[in-house]
Amino acid sequence: MTNTPQFLGRSVFDLDDYSAAEIMYILEAAKGMKEINLREYKKIPTLRGKTICTLFIENSTRTRMSFELAASRLSADVVSFQANISALSKGESLQDTVYTLDAMGIDLYCIRHSSPGSPQLVHKYSGKPVINGGDGRHAHPTQALLDIFSIWEKLGDIRGLKITIVGDILNSRVVRSNLIGMRKLGAEVTVCGPRTLMPSYMEEVYGCKVQYDLQTALQDADVVMGLRMQLERQTEGLFPSLEEYTKHYVLSKHTIRYAKKDALIMHPGPMNRGIEILPEIADSQQSIIVEQVANGVAVRMALMFLILGGKV
Amino acid sequence: MKTLIKNGKTFFDDNFVRKDILIEDERIIRIAGQITDPADQVIDATSKIVTPGFVDIHTHLRDPGQTYKEDIITGTLSAAKGGFTSICAMPNTEPVVDNIATVEYIQRRAKDLGYCKVYVIGALSKDLEGKEIAEMATMQQGGIVAVTDDGKCIQNAKLMLNCMRYAVNFNLPVISHAEDYNLAGKGQIHSGKVATQLGLSGIPALAEEVIIARDIMLAESAKAHLHIAHISTAKSLELVRRAKENGLKVTCEVTPHHLLLTEEACLTFDTNTKMKPPLRSEADRLACVQALADGLIDCIATDHAPHADYEKEREFDLAPFGIIGFESAFAVLYQDLVKPGHLTLERLIETLTSAPAKLLNLKAGILAENSPADLCIIDLGDTVLIDSDSILSKSKNTPWLGQTLAGKVTHTICGGKITWQAEPAAETNEPT
Repeated sequence: MTNTPQFLGRSVFDLDDYSAAEIMYILEAAKGMKEINLREYKKIPTLRGKTICTLFIENSTRTRMSFELAASRLSADVVSFQANISALSKGESLQDTVYTLDAMGIDLYCIRHSSPGSPQLVHKYSGKPVINGGDGRHAHPTQALLDIFSIWEKLGDIRGLKITIVGDILNSRVVRSNLIGMRKLGAEVTVCGPRTLMPSYMEEVYGCKVQYDLQTALQDADVVMGLRMQLERQTEGLFPSLEEYTKHYVLSKHTIRYAKKDALIMHPGPMNRGIEILPEIADSQQSIIVEQVANGVAVRMALMFLILGGKV
Repeated sequence: MKTLIKNGKTFFDDNFVRKDILIEDERIIRIAGQITDPADQVIDATSKIVTPGFVDIHTHLRDPGQTYKEDIITGTLSAAKGGFTSICAMPNTEPVVDNIATVEYIQRRAKDLGYCKVYVIGALSKDLEGKEIAEMATMQQGGIVAVTDDGKCIQNAKLMLNCMRYAVNFNLPVISHAEDYNLAGKGQIHSGKVATQLGLSGIPALAEEVIIARDIMLAESAKAHLHIAHISTAKSLELVRRAKENGLKVTCEVTPHHLLLTEEACLTFDTNTKMKPPLRSEADRLACVQALADGLIDCIATDHAPHADYEKEREFDLAPFGIIGFESAFAVLYQDLVKPGHLTLERLIETLTSAPAKLLNLKAGILAENSPADLCIIDLGDTVLIDSDSILSKSKNTPWLGQTLAGKVTHTICGGKITWQAEPAAETNEPT
């Protein structure tokens, strides 16, 4: 490689700050990390003496575990700060929380927060690199990287692949980051869901296709990704019932046949079996849903390694 | 006490002409090409423009109740620095201005301590709750100049109709902050491309437009003067255009930020780009500029809305709506609308002075013999820095923070007294 991308000290707010070449560099690094995770002794000393803080202002056991496991496997010290937003808004501000944490000598923050843009605030207050672990409906770059890694590992070059993402597009940060990353790498992405769950200007903002009919959306897809449908959207008046949603948008043996024969089946989890996806598909040979989780640790290790300048 | 303003390009009869102005106590006593009368104080306005003091019919002084954000002293001082000599205070204070005692409190404080004339706008509904009509008639005896629930919007059409019918009785204009709560929901910024990109909930243009459409119909029925606050969308303007064409007494104002900024400004997650109505699309912005130029929009108002640093310095969706406006208003509009040729300087001055004064029947906004000595002197060749050290408002929440803008108000004179002066005092000897 003639021009090695520089990651030292950089934050990962979203994938729009990263070029296609940089994204590929991260994926290559993740490949190496995945190999470590398959060893009997899953630990390397590369980040010894560094302290990583998981700052989770929104509940997420799975993502937090993935970050913490990634940090531990690189031998970094991990501290965890958890709060819910109601406690935070009554008491200490995010600013003061970060000042407090920073006084303890944090080298890297991994943040999950319900407010879009909060990772940028953590960076502003701490001056330290920040990995966005999901900020509201805005972005979830590590999820997108692990999704892209999973596809790349199975199908090779992303360019020209037809990827269809189905579900609650409006409320999904996973879709937004995936669209940025996948489009940068040259995939053709189609998003599909009911009109009431589709943000406006999707084509203009992301250069994707928008379909409201599942059958059309799945046509010739190489990859099909389902998204979690949350029950509370029903009470918000966005769709009439889960039953009706399922009838039109569930990924099942019946609907998936419009995609390519061996199309990869993906889901960022947690799944609502029987609502957006049926077990017959989720647990099928084509499904890489469980592998996505494993790849999540590898991708997060790669980012931490690159940002903190780990030594091989 | 006589003050003479010499050699300025004076905004007189809607034109800039070289005229001197002689002030005695609170009044302008002469405007003429050359005045050589003796005066206690002479201000040399050579190479500057002299305009009527600016009038802002939409401001939040936060006093009483939220004086950590602003109070009548800092609010009027900030207004004076921006060239304002008459401002209208919105009723969403604590307590709400829905009673004569609060009206009188604000007026008395402003008169005793203020740096600019403050007119009070009363609430439409008690406690701004949108449930019962406020005591408009009593408040009018105390001097209110209009009624509104600004910051809130009466959702109940029947109550709004009755408020209008009641206000008509007392010749009070009804100001509408148009926002349908269901459509606006938990929206943070304009429902457009940027909201999609940032994953922030959107406030659709429709949230404003459906209420404007409703209020125009209600005002027609009630025969009320309806004034639309901070209009922000192209379709809202179409609604007002049709209402005006139909001969209804419907007027509207626009803020500097809706004339100059769009949703794109929110991409940085700067909470000083968060206000209601939100910054809209470029097409909406251009429609507002056009409508201001062609007269469809009646006047400019800042919607000066101070919030403490620590309230704005937080997660975007948890920060309050609103920005301050006094000190940057003229400069941003001059720099970004007049200098590039989108608006004439004459129209800018008119919409900052006589136009808003006329809307609410304020004795302000013109330079004429025997009119109040409210005026400001501006050096168009000089610049003004908007930063947290120089801002006189208690709050610093402006999207123009840190910027140097063209067009500096060097003097503001209100009721014959200098309320703001950017430079060392003028000579007080008799002119030679």
